[in-house]
Amino acid sequence: MKFNGFLALAARDLRLAWRRPVDIWLPVVFFGVAASLFPFGVGPEPQTLRQIGAGVVWVCALLSTMLAIATLYASDYSDGSLEQMLLSGHSMVVLAAAKALVHWMLTGLPLVLAGPLLGLLFDMSSNGIATLTYTLLLGTPVLSLMGSVGAALTLGLRSGGALLLLIVLPLCIPVLIFGAGAVSAIDVAISPAGHLSILGALLLLALVGAPPAAAAALRISVA
Amino acid sequence: MACRRGNEWLFSNLSLDVFSGQIIWLKGHNGRGKTSLLRLITGLATPDKGTINWGQASLRSDFNFREHLVYIGHANGLKDDLTVSESLQFLARLHDRDCSPLAVAGALKCLNMQHRAHALVRTLSQGQRRRVALARLALESEPSLWVLDEPFDALDVDGISVVNRLLLDHAARGGSVLLTSHLALSLDPARVSLIELHHGKSI
Repeated sequence: MKFNGFLALAARDLRLAWRRPVDIWLPVVFFGVAASLFPFGVGPEPQTLRQIGAGVVWVCALLSTMLAIATLYASDYSDGSLEQMLLSGHSMVVLAAAKALVHWMLTGLPLVLAGPLLGLLFDMSSNGIATLTYTLLLGTPVLSLMGSVGAALTLGLRSGGALLLLIVLPLCIPVLIFGAGAVSAIDVAISPAGHLSILGALLLLALVGAPPAAAAALRISVA
Repeated sequence: MACRRGNEWLFSNLSLDVFSGQIIWLKGHNGRGKTSLLRLITGLATPDKGTINWGQASLRSDFNFREHLVYIGHANGLKDDLTVSESLQFLARLHDRDCSPLAVAGALKCLNMQHRAHALVRTLSQGQRRRVALARLALESEPSLWVLDEPFDALDVDGISVVNRLLLDHAARGGSVLLTSHLALSLDPARVSLIELHHGKSI
């Protein structure tokens, strides 16, 4: 029964995204365009691009993820779907996890796939590109999970979008530091295993903590 | 129980029983707390004082009551970018009701919406959207509690007649209905219990 609600909600959100393809393309296009602007601004020197590449990619990934997170629960809230979810008898924690998973599949996963292309743009080594991809794979779900908590907390508030960024962006700084740091470690011939382990730990922490926090925030927002 | 909005008490010392087979029409002027009361009863909101019991147990401790509850609020709970049948199927699946294509088609037929089954919800009129939301009632076979906030809003005479029939059938099988409506009910007055919220009290 628990996973019936999870699957129903995930399937519905994927279907809705399929009907609104702009919602899928917007974050990944923003990711590519924003990251591509940096070489124009800082100059085309390969050494400079290699140094800033991982940081730029991670900052752009963070901002791209936040583009779609503000609307995660907004339409469900306004059209009454959220009330139906809360009254469905399914655990809201499970339903919040389904929403975060679909958000990551539609926003984070395309960034993971686009990451290697941006790695080439910033003249990263093959090891650097592989590490960047791993960090995005571990880090973008954390962004979706943290973002889902922020989206639930700011649901129905005026200027909720700005408040959401103020809440979520500082919480995502560790992901940014260790994501970019892993790639920088490769450049100075240090193993990125430590950085990747910490990213993995952050992911586990977010997996355990974010859905219950989002569920509690949703109950408060709807009451 | 009591409920406050801001500094104003919407109602206090309100006591209400809903029995099996009963249809209760909750009436009152705007802002008297009808919708708030319905949301308290469903557990979406918490009363400032008092408790709400489902049977003998408090609503807060009985996690199974939602399986026996149907709530249709002001908002229909439909997605503009889903088709009518997809929307109804999702709601049925979410609430662990029969979501087979046959059951969904039957429910839509009951509300005379079968001809729009494959239309996107965004193309429907307000009355048609309300019919699709209310088609959930036609999927119910258990004697559950239906909590309906202005179910007749935007419905035409035919739609009201269909919903009335669903309400009576539900009460006949032992189900309970608690509804608000600004329109006078066209049900047999002998079948309906009236509760009027007036300045924080029920009459």
